[in-house]
Amino acid sequence: MIRLLASLLALLLPLTAMAQEKVLRAVMHADVRVIDPVWTTQTIANIHGALVYDTLFGNDADQKPQPQMVGKYEISPDRLTYTFTLRDGLKFHDGTPVTTKDVIASLKRWGAKDGVGQRLMGYVTSMEAVDDKTFKMVLREPYGMVLESLGKSGSSIAAIMREKDALTDPQQQVKESVGSGPYIFAKDQWVPGSKAVYLKNKDYQPRSEPPSSFAGGKIPGVDRIELVWISDPQTAMSALINGEIDFYENPTNDFLPLLEKAKGVKLLKTGKIDSTQGMIRLNHLQPPFDNIKARQAMYYLINQEDFLRTIVGDPKYYKVCPGLLTCGGPYENDGGTHWMKEYNPKKAGQLMKEAGYKGEPITVLAATDHATITPATQVLISAMREAGLNVDVQSMDWGSVVSRRAKKDPPAQGGWNIFVTTSGGVGSSNPVLHTWIGAACDKGLFGWPCDPKVEELRNAFGMAATEADRQRIAKELQTEAMDDVVFLPFGQWDTPLAYRADKISGIVPNTGLAVLWGITKK
Amino acid sequence: MTAYIARRLFATLPVMAVVALFVFFLLRLAPGDPAAIIAGDDATSEAIAQIRTRLGLDRPMVEQFGLYLLHLFQGDMGVSIFSNLPVTRLIAQRLEPTLALTLSTLFVAVALAIPAGVLAAWKAHKLVDRLVMGFAVLGFAVPVFVLAYVLIYFFAVQWQMLPVQGYQPIGEGFWPFVESLILPSVALGVTYMALIARITRASMLEVLAQDYIRTANAKGLATDRVLLLHALKNAAVPIVTVIGIGIALLISGVVITETVFNIPGLGRLTVDAVLKRDYPVVQGLILVFAAVKVLVNLIIDISYAFLDPRIRY
Repeated sequence: MIRLLASLLALLLPLTAMAQEKVLRAVMHADVRVIDPVWTTQTIANIHGALVYDTLFGNDADQKPQPQMVGKYEISPDRLTYTFTLRDGLKFHDGTPVTTKDVIASLKRWGAKDGVGQRLMGYVTSMEAVDDKTFKMVLREPYGMVLESLGKSGSSIAAIMREKDALTDPQQQVKESVGSGPYIFAKDQWVPGSKAVYLKNKDYQPRSEPPSSFAGGKIPGVDRIELVWISDPQTAMSALINGEIDFYENPTNDFLPLLEKAKGVKLLKTGKIDSTQGMIRLNHLQPPFDNIKARQAMYYLINQEDFLRTIVGDPKYYKVCPGLLTCGGPYENDGGTHWMKEYNPKKAGQLMKEAGYKGEPITVLAATDHATITPATQVLISAMREAGLNVDVQSMDWGSVVSRRAKKDPPAQGGWNIFVTTSGGVGSSNPVLHTWIGAACDKGLFGWPCDPKVEELRNAFGMAATEADRQRIAKELQTEAMDDVVFLPFGQWDTPLAYRADKISGIVPNTGLAVLWGITKK
Repeated sequence: MTAYIARRLFATLPVMAVVALFVFFLLRLAPGDPAAIIAGDDATSEAIAQIRTRLGLDRPMVEQFGLYLLHLFQGDMGVSIFSNLPVTRLIAQRLEPTLALTLSTLFVAVALAIPAGVLAAWKAHKLVDRLVMGFAVLGFAVPVFVLAYVLIYFFAVQWQMLPVQGYQPIGEGFWPFVESLILPSVALGVTYMALIARITRASMLEVLAQDYIRTANAKGLATDRVLLLHALKNAAVPIVTVIGIGIALLISGVVITETVFNIPGLGRLTVDAVLKRDYPVVQGLILVFAAVKVLVNLIIDISYAFLDPRIRY
């Protein structure tokens, strides 16, 4: 009755013009609070960035780089000079043309901030504009990951900004989000923590190729996208079932059976590598895990099925994956996976003793508010206790885990021994883009594994000239990284996205970053 | 009275200063680092340290507090660490939904609970009284979020009578505005209703036992006149006090209700800011909440003078 009355009243309102507007309402995994995809590695900032900014290249569904803003490019025979020419008609949302000045400034900023960008810039000796549309990038060594780096999705995409924005200190957030991508950010309608609005860029000229992951034509299919932030998963699910939203990026696994049955709703498994990889990180700086034997003992506490059943439940959404590189990805291999063959807490306890462990507390940072990390940590703690280890569980919200894991101090002084985290399957499929596989000591990620051979192999992978070389190096690298225990994998799972199939179509799957271009609404 | 109001308003200044001091230091003593949250999952310790320096979070705490106070005296609550937007703008954006939810809840609760309490007192120890008090106990016992989910399940998902979530500003149409507030107001208002109904009943029972009520009844006055004009007016002071105390209850309830119903109000802003360690936003919000509480107390105290002529300031 109330709906009927509301409908009648709505008819009286002069909203006919607005009624023509196609609005996509999407709930993502987080709210847009940061509008600079380079300043942070947050995925949500990159989802925002992918809508607003364009990139020179985009990696396709097979993780092969394809030109995006670039029209044509040449690589010199010695693989040291790359010449890029921009496509015709590229314009920023303020109407100014995209020039090589903007591109070079943007790449410099990205290269100063992002891990993959820093690695690339380590090989770059110069970037010079030939004219407004062409520029040259000169390398000191034939680094083979130039295009893949420029086309990466996931965290910190190589977004091309206006020169004046790109000159912002990389440690500071840009003040305006004006790109040349398929959608325009409506900053005046932005309510952080509630809603971010994007309007169709009518001047955008998409590529003619069909969309494939982060590559191909980025066709803005609706007039307006509203990224609505619903923090409560139950409410988000109900809103989708009720048709109040069209797209739900990551429904909680518990709700999947309900969503499967809901009328008009479909679940989309987004691709073979667009998954999540579970990782247990040990602190290599502090005892007992400063000893490699103690780290290797931890392998005997990992039964991936235990973790995956607890987190996901339904086997059709998970996969046992004993390696460090994404299973199903181009570089999946069995190097070092013998470590994951046996679950044996008793043996783990014994090996820990042999490594000099005498029952000192092992501090585990246990997030209490994360849909997957919280249960995974509990499974790990249970296995550790079964092995007779003295577990000091430090329960805290994820925000506190994120802060504390950055501390290198001993656990008793605010540091830690173990935390659990996850990584995106697309990024984790490539040894260079997979930052967690690195072992760059102090310069690496939390846990600070230190293995020069791992870093040498990552560099060698980047320099490899042929695919066969890459495959070989990837296996060697995984073997070395698993021997050193850069992290312990506890499986791989998909979080299908849910959407109103009766209202929208054209979702581009398998991107490593949920992209909303291509979606059209009835 | 004017001097009293001026004195009370002046007295809020030290209260606010103490609140500012406590909030500032408690936030910084709590675990968590906004720089680490901003940097994201794939950031190195070095990158986090650089952001911390940029945000000035590595400066001595006293220096940070001094700067905060200086800006506060200039009416500047700072900018959000994350969105770079002024805290005042963020709060202003969220004020309307929270005000609408609070006022509608207050309206629903008072409109239903006072008559229910009066009825229960009038029919004390009879079936109506037991029903009202039974409802009050239930209303008090059921957590807001449980009731909210139950309401959503039946009224939105099953029967599709009302929206699951969201808030429609009044500027976008009166019905959508009302529609978006019905379920949240009921969910939030039930506890409040229970509290007011119980206090109304207790206060009315006390007044109904007075000699002047017996005299009024003996004079042959109509029951409604006795109840509403003679009894309720004299029972009003404790009821108004509870309504005032309940504002604090509402503020805490708003946090949960806004989260479940996805209303972009101050409650949601508070939760998000706390989880993200967005210090300037949390500080600004706590100051606003404290000011509201002080103001409500003042209004309640002033209202006593109107309800009971014996009270003079």
